[in-house]
Amino acid sequence: MSSLIRRDPRIERIARNRLHPLHQSLVGGSTEQRGPTGLLRKDPRAGYFMGPNGLKRKDRTGNNAPGAARLQRGASGATASEPLLPLHKVESPAHFIVCVLDMVGGRLTSHDKDVLGQAHLLAKSASSEAAVVAVVFGDHREEGFDKAGVDRLIHFNGDDTLSYQGYCPELKLAALQSVESALSPLYWLFPDSIHGGTDLGCRLSARIGERPANHAWQVDKDNTVCRGGSDRIDIRRNTPRLILLAEECAMPIDETRHEVLSLEIELITQAESRIQDLGAVDVDPSQIPLAEAEFILSAGNGVRDWDQFHEVATSLGATEGASRVAVDDGFMPRFRQVGATGTWVTARVYIAVGISGAIQHLQGIGQCEKVVAINTDPGCDMVKRADLTVIGRSQDILGELLQLYKARQTGSSTLSQTKEPDSVSNQEKQDKEARCVA
Amino acid sequence: MLPEAVSANLKVAALVSIGQHPKSGRARRADQDARAVEMGIGLCGNKLNLVHAGETGSQEDLEQALRQYLGMGMTSMTVLRQPTGSDALPALVSHFRDHSADIILAGMRAESGEASGMLPYLLADRLGLPLVPAVAEVLSINEREAEVLQALPRGQRRKLKVTVPFIATVDQAAQAPRQIAFGPSRRGSLDLEASVEQQDEEKAAWEESPARKRPKRLNIKKAKTAADRFKAATAKPQGEGGRILKDESDREKAQAILDLLVSEGVIK
Repeated sequence: MSSLIRRDPRIERIARNRLHPLHQSLVGGSTEQRGPTGLLRKDPRAGYFMGPNGLKRKDRTGNNAPGAARLQRGASGATASEPLLPLHKVESPAHFIVCVLDMVGGRLTSHDKDVLGQAHLLAKSASSEAAVVAVVFGDHREEGFDKAGVDRLIHFNGDDTLSYQGYCPELKLAALQSVESALSPLYWLFPDSIHGGTDLGCRLSARIGERPANHAWQVDKDNTVCRGGSDRIDIRRNTPRLILLAEECAMPIDETRHEVLSLEIELITQAESRIQDLGAVDVDPSQIPLAEAEFILSAGNGVRDWDQFHEVATSLGATEGASRVAVDDGFMPRFRQVGATGTWVTARVYIAVGISGAIQHLQGIGQCEKVVAINTDPGCDMVKRADLTVIGRSQDILGELLQLYKARQTGSSTLSQTKEPDSVSNQEKQDKEARCVA
Repeated sequence: MLPEAVSANLKVAALVSIGQHPKSGRARRADQDARAVEMGIGLCGNKLNLVHAGETGSQEDLEQALRQYLGMGMTSMTVLRQPTGSDALPALVSHFRDHSADIILAGMRAESGEASGMLPYLLADRLGLPLVPAVAEVLSINEREAEVLQALPRGQRRKLKVTVPFIATVDQAAQAPRQIAFGPSRRGSLDLEASVEQQDEEKAAWEESPARKRPKRLNIKKAKTAADRFKAATAKPQGEGGRILKDESDREKAQAILDLLVSEGVIK
């Protein structure tokens, strides 16, 4: 492998021998040189660099020593870029371990990666060479299948007559039945998740008559440990052929690359069509429980204009949250409180309006992905946590946000009117400024 | 929340099991099954057919737990008698072959034992019915098809159309069950019926133990050099330091927020 560092004895010999004709080209610019009088002169600055706080530091990385890179065979270039992981090849698999992935939003979830990691553990303990097969339905946007440990990929993309988008468990079941008859896998692995893994796994299990291990969290070749009802018991049993794996059942693959060869499976089973997907339904954001809301607009002590706050939340379609102060002052109901004593939220986007960020509140938003802070104080703790901070009066900024959003909505519906709302809002802004001045 | 076109002779059955309190472990009505019963009452009132397969009411506390479903306003419940350790599936299959139902409601997962959630799927497969998982609400129903609302993660909903008869599992998001009334729960009758007895032999070989706490996954950092390892061990877990807008106009600030909301896909 080119990424392995190997010693080259010949080059090392040349580097040691100052009389060798190639010595200068290898060691050129070395720390020791002969001066004009023949004395050995040392460069005292070589091998050091200036540290971040202005102190001289000895360079221990070994990369900058002259000629050091050249002394190693094959190490050139590879160290600078991301190291190329060794390729794990499965030439002629005797068995297949099939993982049916959730692919939420067209990408591998961490649960999917854990399932693939578990599949490789089972593949290692199999009696002969086994390939890990991933089954993916519909369009996807994932590029990292090779690093997640997919040896073979079955991609059911569908066509005009049958599409795998939306909810279509019957179509997927028919496809999996075809896989079952084509490969007769050693193991079937599903993520035991609310994103469809459990549903599909149970359907397949009922259809092919395999008793599954549900919510399995410790799996090896012989035994499986499953979590029972209400998380009160562990069940230890023989490992079945079909396993629904809990989250964090195994470590994901991170030290190898895999081939991702595509496997074509012919659909042989006719799907039933008794369930029809009529599409997503608009949900009133205020009805969504705070703990599972995706987009939260949260208010704190800095909010003055509550009517405006509620209006922004309704028009943006955000679920409302509040800090403890806002609840204690009676502006928001208790069940809207976010934080250690309230709800621990998992929103993807959390906008904190006028919340300085008490530690209890920051705990409550620990799992949020993107946090936006609107605050007047640039030194508060919420600013340190936030991915985007806007310093200013919340009323002004929320007002602008509302106008921009409305302009966007009308602009997207009628392209010709894009200019008008802008000028209107500009007018309003000027009016507001005039009022402020007055 | 009465659905629109409920046909007069709609037959709805709810499968009920004996639940378990998650902390004390005491027998109780299972929460999801109670939601299924609540949904059934909404569909056909007290003509709802409650079915339980399992141990007979020999133990006082188990019978009390079963009677809690009667306390929701039912007058009777069918109990398919089975000795301990039996498989409930064959009993239920033979029951529903004799007494067909248009809608069979069940919870998603039992509260005790294996709790695989497989029973509705197996029942659907044996009876040849479609299964709709995680139903939050039945919107409309007629002789041929029904429209149901399926609960998705993050409080989202999806509308599905399914042919009648069908089996539905009821999600946590469905309407909360009504309170139990003590009098009706005492007065209601448990109709015991003999049924297929088939021991679950595979399950007999399993070892059960109290749940161990699962080890927390450690965040292992892989470092090649000593300097990297040192840095990983000592460096503060620093936030990447988000963008801060201070001197821009309000409009630019609001635009930055809007751009973030659009790129995250939370507003359309």
